[in-house]
This record gives sequence, C-alpha cells and structure tokens, in this order.
Amino acid sequence: MGDWSGYLTLILQGAWVTIKLTLMGSALALVVAFVAGLGRISRRAALRWLSTAYIEFFRGTSIFVQLFWIYFVLPMTGLWAPTPMQAGVLALGLNVGAYGAEVVRGAILAVPRDQYEACIAVNLTRFQRMRHVILPQALPLMLPTFGNNAIELLKATSVVSLISLADMTFQAQVVRSQTGNTLLPFVTILVLYFAMSSVLSLAIRSYERRVTRGLDGVR
Amino acid sequence: MEWDWDFAWSILPQLLAGFRVTLIATALGAVVAAVLGLVFAILRRSRNRAVARTTGFVVEFIRGTPLLVQLYFIFYVLPDLGIRLPTLTAGVIGMGLHYATYTAEVYRGGIEAVAKGQWEAAKATNLTARQTWIHVILPQAVPPMIPAMANYLLAMFKETPLLSAITVLELMNQARSVANSSYRYVEPMTMVGVMFLIVSVISVIGLRWLERHYGRVGK
Repeated sequence: MGDWSGYLTLILQGAWVTIKLTLMGSALALVVAFVAGLGRISRRAALRWLSTAYIEFFRGTSIFVQLFWIYFVLPMTGLWAPTPMQAGVLALGLNVGAYGAEVVRGAILAVPRDQYEACIAVNLTRFQRMRHVILPQALPLMLPTFGNNAIELLKATSVVSLISLADMTFQAQVVRSQTGNTLLPFVTILVLYFAMSSVLSLAIRSYERRVTRGLDGVR
Repeated sequence: MEWDWDFAWSILPQLLAGFRVTLIATALGAVVAAVLGLVFAILRRSRNRAVARTTGFVVEFIRGTPLLVQLYFIFYVLPDLGIRLPTLTAGVIGMGLHYATYTAEVYRGGIEAVAKGQWEAAKATNLTARQTWIHVILPQAVPPMIPAMANYLLAMFKETPLLSAITVLELMNQARSVANSSYRYVEPMTMVGVMFLIVSVISVIGLRWLERHYGRVGK
C-alpha cells in the first residue's frame, strides 16, 4: 500500500465521472419528468397512453436491467451503439425521470381547483395558466421528492461500473484488484458517496427554502 | 439481430431457475429489512441521546450510499476480517440492511401516527414498556404501514439483479451467463426485463388494493 496517493487519485478521477453522471442524468431526468408528467395529464388520449406506458415500463424494471438492455441489446438491433457514458446517462435519466413524472403529475393535481377556475375567469391561455399560475405553486411541492430522487440517482450511478464505465465504484474495484487491500478503497468511496449525497440534500433543502419564501401564509 | 423463439424457449428453464433464487433472495431480504428496520426505528427513539444519534447517523449513512458498494463491502471486506459468508447470505444481509433504513422510516411514520393519548392511557393503566409496544402501539401502527412496506418490497425485488455483481446466480446472472456463452443478448436480456415487468405490473395492482384497504402512511 505504498503508493496510496496514486490510488487516491484514481478514485478521485472516478468520483468526477460519478459527479458528471449524476449531473447529466439528473438534467435528463428533470426534462423527461416534466414531459412525461405533463403528458399524463394531457387532453390528448394518445399522449396520456404513451406517457403511462413509458412510466410503467421504466418503474417496473430496475435501472440495472435497463442499463444492460440499452448497452447490450440496443446495438444489436442496429439502431444505435451508445458509449458506456451515453448508455449510463440515458438509463439513469429515463429511469429516474419515470419516478419524477409521477411527482410532477401529483404536484400539479394538488394545486387547488379554484386556481384553474380563476385562470379561466381572467382569460389566460392554457400555456399561461401552466407557466404563471400552476407550476409556480406546484414546484415547491415537487422539490423534496426531487431531492430524494436525485440522491437515488447518485446511488444508482454505481451500477454503470458493471458496463465498465470508470466511475468511483469501478476505480475502487481496480484498486482492490491491484493492491489486494479491500477495506481502504471501499471505505473511501463509501465516505465519498455519503459526502456527495449530503451535499445534494443540503443543496435541495436550501433551494426549497428559497422557492417557498413568501408562501408561508398561503399554506 | 432477429428474435429467435426457439432459442428463447430453450433458455427459459435456466432463467426460471434464476428467477427462483431472485424470489428467495427477495423474501429473505424482506424479513431482514422488516426486523432490522423495527430495531433501527426503536433505537432511534431511545431516550439515550447517544444511542439515538448514533443510530440516526448509521441509518443516514447506509441510505446515502449505493447498495452495490455495500454489497461489495460485505462480499470483499468481511472475509478479510475473518467473516466468511455464502454469497446468497451476503446478498440477503446487504439488501436487508439497505432496505431496513427505508422501512425504519415507515415504522417511524406509523408509530408517530398513533395518538399521544394511547401512550398516556398505557401509562395510566400501568403497562410495562414491553406491554405498551406489543399490545397497544404496534397493533395500531402496523396496518397503515402495510402499503408503504409493500412498496419497498417491490423496490427490493427490482434491485435483486445487483446480487449478480457478487456472483449470486439469480435471474440477471443466469441471463448474463446465457448471453456470454451464446453471444446472444437480445433474448435473455429482453426476457429478464419482461419477467420483472410482469411481476411489477401484477404487484402494482396488488399495491393499489392494499392502499385502498389500509390507507396510506407518510413515506
């Protein structure tokens, strides 16, 4: 265990990959969550069905199965052969996005009915109603669950090590196989993962305070 | 690559053998999660601040780090410390421990939902702490917890493919070994996905029934 600093560098490089995966996966998940969540309450039946099918499919199987399917099966169909990074971001984003979609739907439906009626009364278009009245009220309701989803996504990134993407878990395995030391690499990454999820939950909590500012009297 | 029904049929018995292990792992993991979760929940309510704080930190730590890494920890580190476990046992302990931190929250929510007057009444009739828990609090706290518990049971079932990373021969691992020996990924991976989807869809219908029957408790 002489060259510990070299191995630590390796793990920190993995940590950077984990952070990138988390950020890109969360960005994709956020977009997908709003698209599918709004799709589920759309006026068009076809959109509702499509969104429901997507949500049920991605919630019904685990990220592990989805990742392997995207990485190993998709190229065989001749459509597209993703790199491990692309496969990882896609699987993470689509999986967590499906959970997020239900959060978006639930939060929007939780906005009281009279808000909708008021919008109709002042002649807002459907887009204006969503953008200026419903979403600003629904967003604070979504945030706590989104925060949990982001942490779940961070934890799920470790699965990409199984398609040999060099994230933190993968690098810990490299260190283990090269040094034969098991305790040090795994404790190191456990602590790093915990630090990352703590940062995430602190960040989401402070953002939550900002968005709910001024809403104290309302709820 | 074309879908080959004959090949799909020929590998079905092997996948079903894996599916059996998946079900066993889920069932045993659920028992560990249910028991350990209750222990966590009770320790967290302990009047001894040090015990409550430590338990709180342990729970947060386990919940803030990936299950896959925890499985590696049990699989690679414990043998170095002289604790040798069969792989399935290691997997069941890992999953059970991870999900115990989630079920602990369910227990906490359920216990806190029991009216304060019940505690006072138990004290007034001179019940011991043990009697209070077993005869007064738990019988009222448990039914509302059932839907949330079933939810985590389903979540755990979907996470079992992670056990393949520590060489448990469950469904995903069987599929991977078929894929690696035949170089056909489409059928085994798709069949794994379909099997999980079938179980999930049926379970979701069951879950809806449980929710109607027992009502919800905060997650």
